[in-house]
Amino acid sequence: MDELIRILIQALAQLVAPATAAYALAAIGLNLHFGYTGLLNIGQAGFMLMGAYGFAIATIEGAPFWLAFLIAAAAGALLALVLGIPTLKLRGDYLAIVTISAAEIIRFAGRSTLWAEYTGGASGLAGTAYKGTFQDLSPLPDGRTAIGPLEYIHNGSDSWWTRIFAWSLVLIAVLLVWLITRSPWGRVLKGIREDEDAVRALGKNVFSYKMQALVLGGIAGSLAGMLFVLPISVAPDNMGRTLTFFVWTVMLLGGAATLWGPVLGSMLFFFVYMLLRTGMRTGLSDIMPAENVEHLAGLMVGVALMCIVIFRPQGILGNKKELAFDVR
Amino acid sequence: MKADRPIASPARRALAVVVAVLAALTASAAMLAAPAAASGADVATDCTPDGTTACVSPIVLDNNNDPVPGIEVTITGNDFEAVVTSTDGPVSVAVPTVGRYTLTVDPATVPDGMSTDVPERQVVAQTGSTARGAFRIVQGSAPAENGSTTAPSETGTGGEDAEDSGIGDEGTTENASGWPEFSQVWQQFGSGIRFGLLLALASVGLSLIYGTTGISTFSHGEQVTLGALLGFISVNWWGLPVWAAVLATIVICAATGWFQDVVLWGPLRRRGTPVMQLMIVTIGLSMSLQYVIQMFIGGRSQRVLPQNARPVEIAGITLSAASWLSMLVALAVIGVIAWFLTQTRIGRATRAVSDNAALAAATGINPDRIVRIVWTMSTGLAGLSGMLLAISFGSFTWTLGMILLLLMFASVTLGGMGTAFGALAGSIVIGLVVEMSTLIPGMPSSLRYASGLLILILVLLIRPQGLLGRAVRVG
Amino acid sequence: MSADKNENTAGEPVETVDPVAVAEPAEATGPDGTEDLVGSAAAADAVAAASTERSAAAKKVTEILSHVEPKVGVAKPDVILTATGVQRRFGGMTAVDVDHLEVQRGAITALIGPNGAGKTTFFNLLTGFDKANQGTWEFEGRPIAHTSAAKLARTGMVRTFQLTKALSRLTVLQNMLLAAPGNPGENLFGSLFRPLWSGVEKRNTAKAMEILARFNLDQKKDDFAGSLSGGQRKLLEMARALMTEPTMIMLDEPMAGVNPALVQSLLHHVQALRDEGMTVLFVEHDMHAVRHISDWVVVMAEGRIVAEGPPDSVMQDQAVVDAYLGAHHDTDLGDDALLDPAVLARLEAEEEKR
Repeated sequence: MDELIRILIQALAQLVAPATAAYALAAIGLNLHFGYTGLLNIGQAGFMLMGAYGFAIATIEGAPFWLAFLIAAAAGALLALVLGIPTLKLRGDYLAIVTISAAEIIRFAGRSTLWAEYTGGASGLAGTAYKGTFQDLSPLPDGRTAIGPLEYIHNGSDSWWTRIFAWSLVLIAVLLVWLITRSPWGRVLKGIREDEDAVRALGKNVFSYKMQALVLGGIAGSLAGMLFVLPISVAPDNMGRTLTFFVWTVMLLGGAATLWGPVLGSMLFFFVYMLLRTGMRTGLSDIMPAENVEHLAGLMVGVALMCIVIFRPQGILGNKKELAFDVR
Repeated sequence: MKADRPIASPARRALAVVVAVLAALTASAAMLAAPAAASGADVATDCTPDGTTACVSPIVLDNNNDPVPGIEVTITGNDFEAVVTSTDGPVSVAVPTVGRYTLTVDPATVPDGMSTDVPERQVVAQTGSTARGAFRIVQGSAPAENGSTTAPSETGTGGEDAEDSGIGDEGTTENASGWPEFSQVWQQFGSGIRFGLLLALASVGLSLIYGTTGISTFSHGEQVTLGALLGFISVNWWGLPVWAAVLATIVICAATGWFQDVVLWGPLRRRGTPVMQLMIVTIGLSMSLQYVIQMFIGGRSQRVLPQNARPVEIAGITLSAASWLSMLVALAVIGVIAWFLTQTRIGRATRAVSDNAALAAATGINPDRIVRIVWTMSTGLAGLSGMLLAISFGSFTWTLGMILLLLMFASVTLGGMGTAFGALAGSIVIGLVVEMSTLIPGMPSSLRYASGLLILILVLLIRPQGLLGRAVRVG
Repeated sequence: MSADKNENTAGEPVETVDPVAVAEPAEATGPDGTEDLVGSAAAADAVAAASTERSAAAKKVTEILSHVEPKVGVAKPDVILTATGVQRRFGGMTAVDVDHLEVQRGAITALIGPNGAGKTTFFNLLTGFDKANQGTWEFEGRPIAHTSAAKLARTGMVRTFQLTKALSRLTVLQNMLLAAPGNPGENLFGSLFRPLWSGVEKRNTAKAMEILARFNLDQKKDDFAGSLSGGQRKLLEMARALMTEPTMIMLDEPMAGVNPALVQSLLHHVQALRDEGMTVLFVEHDMHAVRHISDWVVVMAEGRIVAEGPPDSVMQDQAVVDAYLGAHHDTDLGDDALLDPAVLARLEAEEEKR
């Protein structure tokens, strides 16, 4: 029984964890890409890496927090421009191919020795090297607070401050997405998702709108990358293809093209994922080494992603009529 | 999408002829890999670094920089201790955590009248790289001049920055900081052709799937890794001879493709699921397969052939015997594919479906059946490609397919999406560029794959329909 | 609308003759084998014409064009669109090779031709959806050879598609509002501040409802466009095109795939566009529709324009008959034109003569 409660509390903690917020923000960006505009970005981890490196390196080089924050955002925007210019005039799968490739190459570049002076090579950048400015920002007094079963220190890496900041950023992103998607601008994006030729024939500059969406979603992704590394460290190998796939699962689970889908998806996903992993680790400890439990959990996520796409493409919050996919 | 339709058919035909001739020349070559005489390497000493593995490698050399076998070196640090014995080849040990390790030579194993330049060395292990500590065995007992902390790298096991590339680095030359000599260029040309041929096996399948179903399948990379895994399992666990292992790999991999089409793609096709949705299903499948593969081999790097590679020089290019044989097999198989696509009824039907599925259906071809054949064939080819790559490059990890997927997409885009022969030509180009780019001074070998992305972006900017593709009409 | 030229020609003595009636005597002297085609077609048209009251605008345009010599590349009195030396090659094949074409303002011009004649490709070139290998063209006197599709649409030339592109997961009203030009809310920064665009949005909604009512779609305004029938989608696409306030509207096979019951209504709508002063250029397979509503017909075959002229006279042109039916019966059975009873009748007649 104690065991069960421990597992439940662990899963509950995931609901507010900074990483959950980071995934939610990355999924919000992806939702802007895929859900609203129909852009197939399969390299969200690349945007996140850009943000993580951008923020960490800028801070290490002496930038104050908000400047580093802006640099992280700019890094995502820059990547979006570089990837968008060759692909956004072409068929949709080219963007997919280029983004998935670019995400891998950015990771390789980050862990290569060539720029190891800045990126720390394969071992990455230790959190202590860049967390200072962020933690100095905290208005909270030092101490600990427990809310229900969740107890964290006020300031520090795994703290309430990190959580408050991360989720505030998520809420601001949701507000912005709400504002822009209810507007005529958002309507043009949805039109492009349905049929970009038709929108072009109505006199809209489709390339420009797609680029705007790609850049905005990319900025959300890079800021999510910053959130992702704030409580931990920059480790390029933690931000590979699997991260992208998890973000996709999060977004589709919640419901593409819905406002709260990415947030709900992220919370639910990590609650269940943690429950599953700790549960299996405890339950299967006799049959299976802990390493394989991780693999089994990952396998289940993959299967879950397939099942969502096949059986409930609109996700949890999606309108059944307004299927989240191309119905041409 | 907007430019002219190129002179596709003559180019294709010429290519097909070339391929067929090459295949005819090599068809008679036996696929039997000669089992080398070397004893099976100790499992513990063939560490290849990757994202989760750090390696430590003691190197014991004599004055001529030749390895000295039989010296025992103790590796300690971070609650870890291991004793390894040097051999003629590289000895590398996976260490559990990153950090500082101390290598100590056991003086008792040093030949009489000789001693090491220093008794111990300290190295820092990092994930994704091999930390080397070199000892020099010298005459007498006096320590020699300052020994280098890193070994000369003619052993060719990859640089300090050996990376999470998913495949071993055997056969790639280390670039010094100057511009390369011709022999190096020629050697890398050979490596490039090898890589291109093996890559082509996988990308032709990717291209066929795209042509017949419209799906850019993201699980194709894992299908390649699966081939390497099955090669590893069939040789090392089941003890099959290599030729049988190759066959078993092809058959099992093809069966996975057939099975996927029966339970997944077929029903989804009949439901009329849009292509974009199917592409996301391939993402889920890719993730699932990736974890299945990790269940078998974890994060470790594995060798398909337990024995060490036997280098063979042909026309000034030194590659392992297994590599030469793999190239022959790849050529033969490509020849068979060319024959299949151009000469057989089903092959021609495949290309017809690729051109225009509705029209093909109207002429009595059953697209459903063709697509099933394509899935089966493509996954079989991907499996073969994976196994041959793992054999040629010495080792593989679960990340093998991730890198290859990028290069396959680059090849297929370069050649023109959906054209099988374009994929072949594209693969050779990509293989050459990737291998030759390591010759650029100062270029870390890990970034050679970036050249694939670079080509991809350039092609999309300049000629998005690829070299052999054709423009399509709107509306 | 440059009314001056219209005024000029309208001032001349007016022969208020229906083009169908003019066609009547010509038929008897038509080349061998064409009587059946034009004869039965004309009969059908006479019925249709009787049932449709021809508007003043239609009569005026007919009158103006009756003075234009029906030959390829002829100059028209009041030109809105000109194409010169336009070529589009796909590899070895030349899909489009048009020396010169002028489109009369305020008229309904039909672009016809057998399958593979290059009609849609030509259409795509004109509307900026494809790039020509060479050639120049002008819209309202401005060169548009290198203008993007979107910009062309903004200058007043709007198109529809053969396969309707209703934006399925947008409602009918959203489809309409999307098409309205110059909405400040379609700017990323403008979109954040509702007051900037709510007024425009309200006006656009009123206008959209007006147009929807005309197309009998106002009851469906909150339905997803994807739930409409094929014909309704065609109507929606046309209505949506009107929202862009075009001067010229290009319809790619507006009747294709439409329930026959809706065809008549579609035709009325197309005529109404012309009567409001818009120029219409449409690609069509359905000869009945072409004869019924077009003021001028341009015939394409194998990428070239082989004939142009008023609908009735073009139908007798030997080049057209050859293009459609093949001089020696190597008929393209995939062509919808063969479903036309007139064409079938002619084929049967020829078969009997053998």
